[in-house]
Amino acid sequence: MTAGRIRMGLLLGDLIGQALDGVGGKPVRLLIGLLGAAVGIGALVVTVGLGQTATGQLSSRFDSAAALHAEVAPTTASGSDGKERAQATLPVDSVSRVTSLAGVQAAALVTTLPDPAPSVRTADIHDPSQPPPASPPVMAADADLLGATGGVLGAGRFFDAGHEARHDRVAVLGAKAAAELGVGSLQSRPSVFIGDHAYTVIGILDSVTVQRPLLEAVIVPSTTARRDLGLRMPDTLVLQVAPGASAIVARQVPIALDSGDPGSFTVAAPPSGGLEGAVRHDLDLVFFAVALIILAAGALGVANVTMLSVTERRAEIGLRRALGTPRSLVAAQFVIESLIVGIIGGVIGAAAGVLVVVAVSSAQAWTPVLDVGVVVAAVGAGGVLGMLAGGFPALRAARVEPIEALRS
Amino acid sequence: MIELESVGRRFEGAGSVAALQGVDLVIRDGDYLAVTGPSGAGKSTMLNILGLLDRPSEGRYLFDGIDTDRLGERERTGLRGTAIGFVFQSFHLLAERTVLDNVLLAFLYGGLPRRERLDRAHDALARVGLSKRASFLPPTLSGGERQRVAIARAVGTAPRVLLADEPTGNLDEGNSRAVLDLFDEFNAAGQTIVTITHDPAVAARARRRVRVREGRLTVVADAQASKGLALHPGLPVIPAAPVVADEGTPA
Ligand SMILES: Nc1ncnc2c1ncn2[C@@H]1O[C@H](COP(=O)(O)OP(=O)(O)OP(=O)(O)O)[C@@H](O)[C@H]1O
Ligand SMILES: [Mg+2]
Repeated sequence: MTAGRIRMGLLLGDLIGQALDGVGGKPVRLLIGLLGAAVGIGALVVTVGLGQTATGQLSSRFDSAAALHAEVAPTTASGSDGKERAQATLPVDSVSRVTSLAGVQAAALVTTLPDPAPSVRTADIHDPSQPPPASPPVMAADADLLGATGGVLGAGRFFDAGHEARHDRVAVLGAKAAAELGVGSLQSRPSVFIGDHAYTVIGILDSVTVQRPLLEAVIVPSTTARRDLGLRMPDTLVLQVAPGASAIVARQVPIALDSGDPGSFTVAAPPSGGLEGAVRHDLDLVFFAVALIILAAGALGVANVTMLSVTERRAEIGLRRALGTPRSLVAAQFVIESLIVGIIGGVIGAAAGVLVVVAVSSAQAWTPVLDVGVVVAAVGAGGVLGMLAGGFPALRAARVEPIEALRS
Repeated sequence: MIELESVGRRFEGAGSVAALQGVDLVIRDGDYLAVTGPSGAGKSTMLNILGLLDRPSEGRYLFDGIDTDRLGERERTGLRGTAIGFVFQSFHLLAERTVLDNVLLAFLYGGLPRRERLDRAHDALARVGLSKRASFLPPTLSGGERQRVAIARAVGTAPRVLLADEPTGNLDEGNSRAVLDLFDEFNAAGQTIVTITHDPAVAARARRRVRVREGRLTVVADAQASKGLALHPGLPVIPAAPVVADEGTPA
């Protein structure tokens, strides 16, 4: 028989059988290897699982916060000239139409006064040598604005139904507008000129949950704006919604505004801002990095155990080589051995990881969130970890010379 | 056919040891050759080279006319697995595997289906009279039984060449005779046998005898020398020399 005719019949079953023998041969070492793989994979599942749970937690917090407010605006459609046009206008009495609806806790119309915007200045003498200061926008709103937008005053008070009824010339300054206009305190009863009329500043608006442009604006009662500033069509109806009522409110409000054509109004949750996405992304990165480090440590453990097994069995490997086992099959045997350890360790680690995620979540009163895909992938990752960890020891094993069988 | 041409083996270590020097040897198919010599003479070194477990540091080793130094690791491994059976000086059985598993070690990579391999392993055990020990672990066997397991493993794949390093070294007379009877049987069936021994009685069973001393080979008895079956350059009386040392001179 010539060397070229030598058959290399490889039966995977034999390889796996041998690998299983090797794995089972030293229970303590098997245990250490399994521990390495299980800790690595368990850490992966825990970090990813807690990451998913935490971001799930964050997004549910953000969702519920956002759902406490809603914005109603006329539905727009593009006209023949390609411009977006409102299909309807919000009725002037929108607020009284919706406040009686279940789930609506506060409502206010908010309108930015259109171009040309009225000029706004303080009562101070204007120095003609200086360029006129930029004039903050003027917005008209209803008495219930604070409730509708989750607004908080920094000083003074907001205008009420009395101011509205009397068409009083009063204004509340958004915090940024106040800074811009140089209005710091209300002690001196400051006033601002809007157009030709002086408005008494009665409050400063520090923050809002929705309708952030309010903070940069001078806010006046809608009734006054209609008389003095030519206000016609309201822009937006802002609502504060009872928790969990956003769906029913979204259905009822358009009907209340126009029972004949509810489709002409659109109810939307206000944008929650980029915060949520950014937080989630950061968390994912941190969790992922931690998982990788622990995974690498686990792989190192499996590699060590496999290396030990190779070192201990040099004589046996030499004997196999002497009896005709090719290098490739010696290597394959050890790769399969650590693959098996990796998969079994992966299953144990994934199960333990799920338990930890559930336990931590319940301790924190969180809802555990864990993709089934993550668990399956974790077991797969265990196998890959095992194979990679077995790679180097397998190469070492393949390099054992047959003559080593004789040195024992 | 196996040919050694001016083969030398040098071990580099604390000091350089010339374990073999200028060995010329031809082994034809069906030969039965005994190698004798004092301890440390280089007998095992030569057998390891013949068994492709080691490589000569000088000279050439031809297997069926092919220079084994030109063979790749894969082909050398293939020859070890199919054409050569090796019985080690100590048995080299895996203590945690059954007798049957130890014999199966030699078959695992021959490309045979499992059923076939099991049959042949059982056959081999039957030939050495150990059928009843198939499921035993080697440490529970006697020395003679272990040696016979090692022999079963070496001959199970029906190799053309059986190389045995002191196959009777650890055995009493009865066991020795049993092993030698087996060898006679194998050789009668056409198998080439090379056996190392320090026992003249064992050597006497072989048709050809060579002696190794301080790394050099001399022919002691050569029943078939007149037919040109073997040659040693130190014996110019043999005319039909199939091999002429054409490279390397004995150091
Ligand atoms: N791997 C090695 N490294 C260094 N020296 C070696 C090695 N193997 C053998 N030798 C040396 O080569 C010489 C021949 O050794 P070998 O094992 O061939 O002797 P032997 O004839 O088989 O002896 P024994 O009858 O005792 O088995 C000895 O001096 C030995 O020390
Ligand atoms: Mg020896």
